[in-house]
Amino acid sequence: MSSANLTDTQGPQPPALGFMTRVRREMPVSVGLGIAWLAAMVLVAIFANWLRPYGITSMDLLSRLSPPGTPGHWLGTDELGRDVLSRLIQSIRVSLVIAFGATIISAVFGTTLGFLAAQFRGIVEHLVLVLADFQAALPFLIMSLAVLAFFGSSMVLLVCLMGFYGWERYARIARGLAISAGAQGYAASVVQLGATPARVYFRHILPNVASTLIVSMTLTFPEIILMESGLSFLGLGVQPPETSLGNMVGFGREYLTNAPWIMLAPAAVIMLTTLSISLVGDWLRDKLDPTIR
Amino acid sequence: MVRFVLTRLLRALITIAAVVTFAFVVLRMSGDPAQVMLGPDVPQESVDAFRRAWGLDQPLWVQYFAYVKSIFTGDFGVSMRDKAPAIDLVLERLPTTLQLTVPALILKLLIGIPAGVYAALHRQSITDRSVILMSILGFTIPSFVMGLILVLIFSVTLGLLPSGGQGSWVHGILPTLTMSIGGIGILARFSRSAMIEVMGQPFIRTASAKGLKWRDVVWGHALPNAAIPIVTIVGFMVGSLIAGAVVVESIFSWPGIGRLLVVSVTNRDLAVVQCILFVIAAAMVISNLAVDLLYGWLDPRLRSAH
Repeated sequence: MSSANLTDTQGPQPPALGFMTRVRREMPVSVGLGIAWLAAMVLVAIFANWLRPYGITSMDLLSRLSPPGTPGHWLGTDELGRDVLSRLIQSIRVSLVIAFGATIISAVFGTTLGFLAAQFRGIVEHLVLVLADFQAALPFLIMSLAVLAFFGSSMVLLVCLMGFYGWERYARIARGLAISAGAQGYAASVVQLGATPARVYFRHILPNVASTLIVSMTLTFPEIILMESGLSFLGLGVQPPETSLGNMVGFGREYLTNAPWIMLAPAAVIMLTTLSISLVGDWLRDKLDPTIR
Repeated sequence: MVRFVLTRLLRALITIAAVVTFAFVVLRMSGDPAQVMLGPDVPQESVDAFRRAWGLDQPLWVQYFAYVKSIFTGDFGVSMRDKAPAIDLVLERLPTTLQLTVPALILKLLIGIPAGVYAALHRQSITDRSVILMSILGFTIPSFVMGLILVLIFSVTLGLLPSGGQGSWVHGILPTLTMSIGGIGILARFSRSAMIEVMGQPFIRTASAKGLKWRDVVWGHALPNAAIPIVTIVGFMVGSLIAGAVVVESIFSWPGIGRLLVVSVTNRDLAVVQCILFVIAAAMVISNLAVDLLYGWLDPRLRSAH
């Protein structure tokens, strides 16, 4: 890995090397597989409506609980004769949309608070740190459990709630990085040139700290998937007739003894997806994060 | 040092106050417990009587101050469902949860840390690679999937262990395993990277160059320095001894705090939910505080600064 990096950064690439060869040199096989899996998941999520063979609620009461491999139902059917493959495809879409939306909300919210803390210091900074303490003191699952059960679960609320997951991490990182960037020449010089604080932060400091923030997004993303599936598993996340990966595992649990495939298919997708993001995220961190090198 | 401890204490108190306030405001704003408790078809008079009896007809801030005042006397309100003091219900379930989480914590510490340290000292070996693989698997598999897979193997297929309930210690094996596997992975990964970072430091080279035995280098110089990041994670794990079992308790129908929380939340039993949130947050804050104080004692740089 490291030796491949050296040859890449020092000296020009020999023109004979094709794109694939270069990719193969720079990237371990496991990371490549991870990226391929994630790309497949994103495609499935985008084209879910065309890909799924049946509607997620259409029942085939004559072939209930058919095992995987049954013609027409390649991953089997559940207790109501609904096609597991179709539900799985829709679940991937729902879970990914929630995790994606939430990761972005959390990153934007956390980074903004972190920048605010760095800009104003004093009381604002203390307030942000107290909020971060608060977030750390109340386990997220417990907090969302209370909020969802009392407000009733809806898709919008779920995404917004998940969007609070991990914001304190971005806030801490953004604050630290912005404070140290503020001490560097480039930020001070654009301030001298009369740039507004918003311009300094978003045009100059943000691009410089983006790589670290992106790495934390790869950490938050799988955690949000796990959090949402945990909540859905407990029956408080995504509500039927809509379905999500955790929701499928939760309902499949009732049929663990005679139809384990209902639960195993979404469980495998959850595991492979979080595993892929972890692998890719670790690799990205090694590539992008200057503090590690 | 005194100043450091006092600031930390103050922040801990503010955090607990924030949790209490949050729990109170969110739970009171989010719907009428009278409707849930009494059902949809009751006459308006009984709803009004219920609200009067529980003080729900008062303005929010009156309720809030009454609540805060009673907390200081150790009174966390009365469960709307069981009519028993909320704190008693919570304390009654506490040992049941700890029966799972304490053995799980011990397993995590006994397996996770040595595995990570060993892997760091034997980098690129087969053991190192398998520790990495196991630890990645350990924390990417969500606990509910892990629990169900263990049930599928040990209860359904092999018929060796019970799949749920709480009777003898045998019932505790699967939930404890489920809970510890992820934590072992996390601890192994953290200990490994902390150890690798320390082993690259100049003082380790100095220690081995001056002829110290390898064992003394590792035990006397590397481990104490690697302990600092590990203590942070362990502190977090200690803090979540009470809260960490919600999903696992639900899988294995283990009657602990987690079950109580899920049931009370569904019933809108305000007092019990608030009390559980308070206990959980207090445990978390206290263990964070302990970790912060422990830093001062563990980290030679901080020690000399005070």
